[in-house]
Amino acid sequence: MKPPRFEYHAPSTLAEALGLLDEHGDEAKVLAGGQSLVPLMNFRLARPDRVVDLNGVAELAGLREEDGGLLIGAMTRTAALETSPSVAARAPLLRDAVRFVGHFQIRNRGTVGGSVAHADPAAELPAAFLALGATFTAASKSGTRTIAADDFFWGHFTTALQADEILTEIRVPATAGRGYGFAELARRPGDFALGGVACVLGEAPRVVAFGLVARPVRLASAETQAAGGATADGVRRAVTEEVQGLDATSDLHAGGDYRKLLAAELAGRAYAQARERAAA
Amino acid sequence: MMERSVVRITINGELVEALVEPRKLLADFIREDAGLTGTHLGCEHGVCGACTILLDGVAVRSCLLFAPQAEGREVRTVESLAARDGTLHPLQRAFHETHALQCGFCTPGFLISVLSSFEQHGPPADDHEIRELLSGNICRCTGYHNIVAAVRLYRDRLAATA
Repeated sequence: MKPPRFEYHAPSTLAEALGLLDEHGDEAKVLAGGQSLVPLMNFRLARPDRVVDLNGVAELAGLREEDGGLLIGAMTRTAALETSPSVAARAPLLRDAVRFVGHFQIRNRGTVGGSVAHADPAAELPAAFLALGATFTAASKSGTRTIAADDFFWGHFTTALQADEILTEIRVPATAGRGYGFAELARRPGDFALGGVACVLGEAPRVVAFGLVARPVRLASAETQAAGGATADGVRRAVTEEVQGLDATSDLHAGGDYRKLLAAELAGRAYAQARERAAA
Repeated sequence: MMERSVVRITINGELVEALVEPRKLLADFIREDAGLTGTHLGCEHGVCGACTILLDGVAVRSCLLFAPQAEGREVRTVESLAARDGTLHPLQRAFHETHALQCGFCTPGFLISVLSSFEQHGPPADDHEIRELLSGNICRCTGYHNIVAAVRLYRDRLAATA
């Protein structure tokens, strides 16, 4: 099992990388940590003519605190979220979520931006960023734009990013002091989740389910319940009803009906955890 | 550069240079060009962990990297563990003593993962943490019990000599 032939580009600046995408468009594929793209290439499910490797673009890596929140460079390794004191202080939801991302060997190489841009519907980080109300910056040769997490995830492996754009950074707003919760179920540690829920309380609570449909989705009923200070059982009941009409993912790992049950149960757990932390 | 290019990687302290296509996986560079066949390829899509190596001291899957991505970097493989006279590394000795391998195909990946995790996260506190540590490597023979025992033995001996 070997990847098909491709031309390899290793730019050292963002400008150079954007120039390559502008020139080659759909023919080129951006390579970040490679923990999703390279398996797809090894299986020959992805056959890009050109690979633009961002690992040498130093300006895209690193995270820092900004405006009480976080600014995370897209090429920051996933493992950095586990140990960063800034993450623990400013967005501890990310620290909780990242422990469910693959195994430590995968987190050592995988990147935060790569996970967001790949947009696997069962991935933890996109759901956590949606719950945190993050915004993503996309750059192309013609300029940059910011995209709210609410508008970014379109469907299975599909996002608002255009072929000539590179996700450069992720801005996480200040959420310090708000309750947060994260719950997921997977068959084995490190596997993709059968389902999960991320939750951030506050004036406008955000409750996000992943692994349920083709993209991470906000659960409006849970958010309304949370805003009204409902019990965890209240949230469970509301979500049970809300997800009835959804066309939930059904595959060999779990049926759609099970995933709906799971979303309601995990929403209850994540919300209970968030409430406990908000009170503490 | 679909064309082949010269890639230079320091593997276990020795510079290895070869003319390779960009699609050559680092794992295949290690096995075919450096001639170090201790690094095994199981699934070739990052799941089984048999090809785990250290890249600049950090455990990664060598089947998910292209050889040119390791240009100028330092790689360590399982061959670097035992002394030149064949004396086993303490972790290898613990695997040997507890029968933590049967066919041995997965063992190089386990050894590298365990060493790297001790370095990166410190020694695991209990069996739960040991199992968590091992969860990124698949073994089809042992049922894992003896691998957990080997890591426990290695950890306890490390603590005793510290």
